[in-house]
Amino acid sequence: MLSLPDFRRLCILKGIYPHEPKHKKKVNKGSTAPRTFYLMKDIRFLLHEPIVGKFREYKIFVRKLKKAYGKTEWSTVERLRENKPTYKLDHIIKERYPSFIDALRDIDDALCMCFLFSTFARTGKCHVQTIQLCRRLSVEWMNYVIASRSLRKVFISIKGIYYQAEVMGQLITWLVPYQFSHDHPTDVDYRVMATFTEFYTTLLGFVNFRLYHSLNLLYPPKLDAKTQSELKEEDEEDYAMDSESYIEKLSALSASLARVVSSADEEDAELDQFPVEGEDMEKMEAREKEQKQQEAQRKMFQGLKFFLNREVPRESLAFVIRCFGGEVSWDKSICIGSTYDVTDETITHHIVDRPNIDKQYINRYYIQPQWVYDCVNAKILLPVEDYFIGVTLPPHLSPFVEEKEGDYVPPEKLKIMALQRGEKPANEQEEDNDEEEEEDEDDEEEEEEDDNADEEEDDEEEAEEKNLKEMEDKRSQGKSLQVKVTPGKVKVENPARLEQEEKAEEKRLAIMMMKKKEKYLYDKIMFGKKRKVREANKLAAKRKAHDDAEKAKKKKARK
Amino acid sequence: MEESSSNVLSSEKPGKMKRTKKRSKGKEEEQEEQVFNFNKPADEGDDDDLSDSEDSVYSGLEDSGSDSEEGEEEEEEEESHGDDGEDEDDAEGEQSQQLQTEVKKKGSEGEEEKKADEYEHDSSDEEDIRNTVGNIPMEWYKDFPHIGYDLDGKKIYKPIRNKDELDDFLDKMENPDYWRTVHDKQTESDIVLSDEQVELVKRLQRGQFGDVNFNEYQPSVEFFSNEVMLHPVTNRPADKRSFIPSLTEKEKVSKLVHAIKMGWIKPRRVEDDSRGRYYDLWATEDSSILAQHKMHLPAPKIPLPGHQESYNPPPEYLFTDEERTLWEQQDPSDRKLPFVPKKFSSLRQVPAFPRFIHERFERCLDLYLCPRQRKMRVNVNPEDLIPKLPKPKDLQPFPTTQSLVYRGHSSLVRSISVSPSGQWLASGSDDGSVRFWEVCSSRCMKTVQVGGAVKSIAWNPNPSVCLIAVALDTVVLILSPSLADKQVVLASERLLAGQQEEEPSEGAGPVWSEAEGEELNQGIRLKIQHPKAIHQVAWHAKGDYLASVMPDHSSHLQVFIHQLSRRRSQNPFRKNKGLVQCVSFHPVRPYFFVATQRSVRIYNLVKQEMTKKLQANSKWISSMAVHPGGDHVICGSYDCRLSWFDLDLSTKPYKMLRHHKKAVRGVAYHRSYPLFASASDDGSVIVCHGTVYNDLLQNPLIVPVKVLRGHVITHDLGVLDVTFHPTQPWIFSSGADATIRLFT
Repeated sequence: MLSLPDFRRLCILKGIYPHEPKHKKKVNKGSTAPRTFYLMKDIRFLLHEPIVGKFREYKIFVRKLKKAYGKTEWSTVERLRENKPTYKLDHIIKERYPSFIDALRDIDDALCMCFLFSTFARTGKCHVQTIQLCRRLSVEWMNYVIASRSLRKVFISIKGIYYQAEVMGQLITWLVPYQFSHDHPTDVDYRVMATFTEFYTTLLGFVNFRLYHSLNLLYPPKLDAKTQSELKEEDEEDYAMDSESYIEKLSALSASLARVVSSADEEDAELDQFPVEGEDMEKMEAREKEQKQQEAQRKMFQGLKFFLNREVPRESLAFVIRCFGGEVSWDKSICIGSTYDVTDETITHHIVDRPNIDKQYINRYYIQPQWVYDCVNAKILLPVEDYFIGVTLPPHLSPFVEEKEGDYVPPEKLKIMALQRGEKPANEQEEDNDEEEEEDEDDEEEEEEDDNADEEEDDEEEAEEKNLKEMEDKRSQGKSLQVKVTPGKVKVENPARLEQEEKAEEKRLAIMMMKKKEKYLYDKIMFGKKRKVREANKLAAKRKAHDDAEKAKKKKARK
Repeated sequence: MEESSSNVLSSEKPGKMKRTKKRSKGKEEEQEEQVFNFNKPADEGDDDDLSDSEDSVYSGLEDSGSDSEEGEEEEEEEESHGDDGEDEDDAEGEQSQQLQTEVKKKGSEGEEEKKADEYEHDSSDEEDIRNTVGNIPMEWYKDFPHIGYDLDGKKIYKPIRNKDELDDFLDKMENPDYWRTVHDKQTESDIVLSDEQVELVKRLQRGQFGDVNFNEYQPSVEFFSNEVMLHPVTNRPADKRSFIPSLTEKEKVSKLVHAIKMGWIKPRRVEDDSRGRYYDLWATEDSSILAQHKMHLPAPKIPLPGHQESYNPPPEYLFTDEERTLWEQQDPSDRKLPFVPKKFSSLRQVPAFPRFIHERFERCLDLYLCPRQRKMRVNVNPEDLIPKLPKPKDLQPFPTTQSLVYRGHSSLVRSISVSPSGQWLASGSDDGSVRFWEVCSSRCMKTVQVGGAVKSIAWNPNPSVCLIAVALDTVVLILSPSLADKQVVLASERLLAGQQEEEPSEGAGPVWSEAEGEELNQGIRLKIQHPKAIHQVAWHAKGDYLASVMPDHSSHLQVFIHQLSRRRSQNPFRKNKGLVQCVSFHPVRPYFFVATQRSVRIYNLVKQEMTKKLQANSKWISSMAVHPGGDHVICGSYDCRLSWFDLDLSTKPYKMLRHHKKAVRGVAYHRSYPLFASASDDGSVIVCHGTVYNDLLQNPLIVPVKVLRGHVITHDLGVLDVTFHPTQPWIFSSGADATIRLFT
């Protein structure tokens, strides 16, 4: 018998989840009370787990220890302490993720958790070793991403910063909280979190190992000898303890890692040209193009030299910039590992997040941090004008949203897309506005048309009826009505329109004949579609209202 | 050569020697002690001296012997030094002095030390007292002029020695005592061994006892005999081994031993650092494990964030005040977004997200507590769901547009009927009038005030007569509108005037009476007075029989069949089978359809029995129509359904049509075209194409072809009755808005 917490822990470690039975009543002996059901097979599977024995051992260990404490037998306590049972999770990881790709697929949560735990204070909630391990693993991961240049998207949200990397063809997304101390909620069970973390750290360690080896990097990571010596020279002042300074240096993310086989400059192997024909050719070309684009993106910041002011989030920016080949440094007093000073003449971009700065150097751009993130998402270097100090920033858009047809696309996105296509940005904002307006109008017209399509029919009929009624009234008023012939209007019939109407009618009739089940499904789908359209319209309307308000304000200001 | 061989020999010897020595020594000591004890009072001084001197010698030997072989070798070295034969007087003097002082001290202390002597044999820390340098490697002071410090902390200087190799050699050649000179490292002085000492060394080398006087072959005295002595042999406290071992301790020990044997007590664990050490776990990927995990569902990933989660979202994603209040009022589970979008002007101002840990924790809970299920996502194109039907265009003719509106009634028009010729239309309304319209011109030809809301109206289907049955309140009126050529009018008059078979009606039977006066002028010919309110009238196809319905729960008098030509009425049913809604005659065969609330019964009028009972699968049947072929029936019901029965197929509806949004009020078949229509309270008339094949195996084809709208909904009532033109594909509908409309 396992206690409930132990069972839960085992479930977490083994990745066993409950199942929803097909016949809830049958399984639950007639009651429909909510209960969790596990598959018999899963439970049997759990029984064979060697870790169950370890849990038992641990329980016994705790009991013995308590007893020894109670009897104040310190020697026994010591002896027991020395023989504290431990367990390893290697085999579980191998079992849960039989292939490396499986593990990569499931690494999202592991990364999120590790990054969260690494920001915890080293007191209270969990063991310091766990926090240190998490920190180490997350730093290793970041270093890998830098080394492999696999970062794809970044998104600053109100929750934290999302990163998306493409590792071995798998898109991996993780969320890093902002660097603030957490106020720990009371209604969270940290034991559950700790168990997850225990598993995830093991998983992440193995994944890191494998990834480092796939790049011919040393694991545990070592800094490049060259850079290491450089760093050492500079860091005469004792920054941290020896044991910690290495990981700190690693976490500075400013140095490249040592390789097992020191290659001169890793260049991706050119795709071999295969003689292909027809359709494949096109595909091939498309792929090649994509590859080239990606390559360009990877080297986006190559040759640029960044300097981070002290108020910007150093780790995030250094990570992103290094991922795309840029050089980055910061003030020496912020963190270990800065490579050049503010005064360096070759700095091209100075990232600042304050309204103004006292001492400005010529020949470098003073930009706000959002520029870096937006560039990454747009995959091109965006014009820096919109991001200068003190300028109101353009909205930061989520790179994860992929607009389908009919979805609402914010105008900023359209602008970026235009830039990506290589079109020149519209000369002035006004022009932009005009365009937008036009577009908006078009949209509205279309909408109206849709609405009208139904109404018009009714209108016509109503009108006819009215006429008839009038006539009748007149007729009933007196037989001596003056017969008046008014020239009839030729009804202009749009054949296309007629056809369309006919089709719509046909469809409506066919829908009537649908079976009940299908009808339900159809209605649901249509309802969802309509709701989407409604939401898109709402957003568009809101935007328009906002823009109008802005414009009005501007005009007022001008007057 | 000699030296080395002797070395080897000596190194071999000491082992044995030591042992023998020790053994004998032990014995001797005991002996001594005993002796010593015994003659304690006799001669102390002598004994003391002897023992002491012996002791001092032995202790030194013992020390060297027990220490290790090193000691012995040292000794040998000393000897080898001794061989060199050097002598130095003062050094020797010193040594002897020391010895003497020791002896003296011992002697003087004799009395007090008697007891202490007993323990002396096991005191192992024999101090070298030649000087206070201590037992240290002397090479430490190799380069210094002194060799250590005295008790006052002053340096003890090395004796001045300035002998080089040559001096050494000369010494060797000249000094006769060179061979017995030994260099003492501790005092850095040369000691010339005395004759006794040399003798002692020689004896020891020979393996003999050091003491010359010692007789090793003394007769042994049995101390430990079977006799129990009064006094103990020695005064020494019993040593440890002489105690009886403690049983509890033994138990404890045995327990421990057992525990160790069984593996309960483990030796101190070797620090296992393999935990936290990573290696290539997936070096060998075997597919055998893969097969086990077929059923495993990976957890769904967290949905990716949208624009609204940005720290600086486009303005349209921010909440307005209303949205915000709505969000706050909503239950957290109902909210569309779990957070409020916020805008910050710069990254610096973004605070920590307060629910971050919560969200992570919830994700954890989801991962291990949430049942996972493979949900088949219906990824169907909605267009594919729409059934493929023949195009309405191909199914023409059917009414498509509203062409005429007949206005004149002032209240809702309950019932309409078209003359068999198709030229006239009769309508009965709640305003108490029956109007006759010319179909083509929408002209009201005649209005008959009947003095009551007209419930039902039916034109005699026989083309050779021109009669109309009107149901109002409890009366059925037979009207002759005289809207046909004279012959027909006359024929109908004749029919009415025919045999007047006045039978005394039995009890509650209907009463026939002729209209008079004003009514006659209006065209009313006959009145059939019923006991209850009439709901519907229906003609037989031949036009002689007329059925009237008086819905009533409690009695069997619900349906009457009247024969016009003989003015006779009869009640065909003896039993009440439910509330009768409407009745109808079979167009060709002698069948009679009676629709009750939930079912339709078919009676054979000739055999006078029920032939079939159709289950309508609806709550409340409102209307019914029989296909002109006679094999199909449609029923409209108040729960928005229209059920199509194929009489040959089954008693269950062949098809249920739920086209209407509201209660179906009327249904109708076209007499010649494959069309049927239903009218509903939602103000629409739906015309369907319903082809019936002669081939029994082929099911009827039912396709809705047109939705006709036009009636205005008043008092929640829409279209009340619907009927087809007998020859044209036209349809008439009467509505609650007091109009009748013609769709062509």
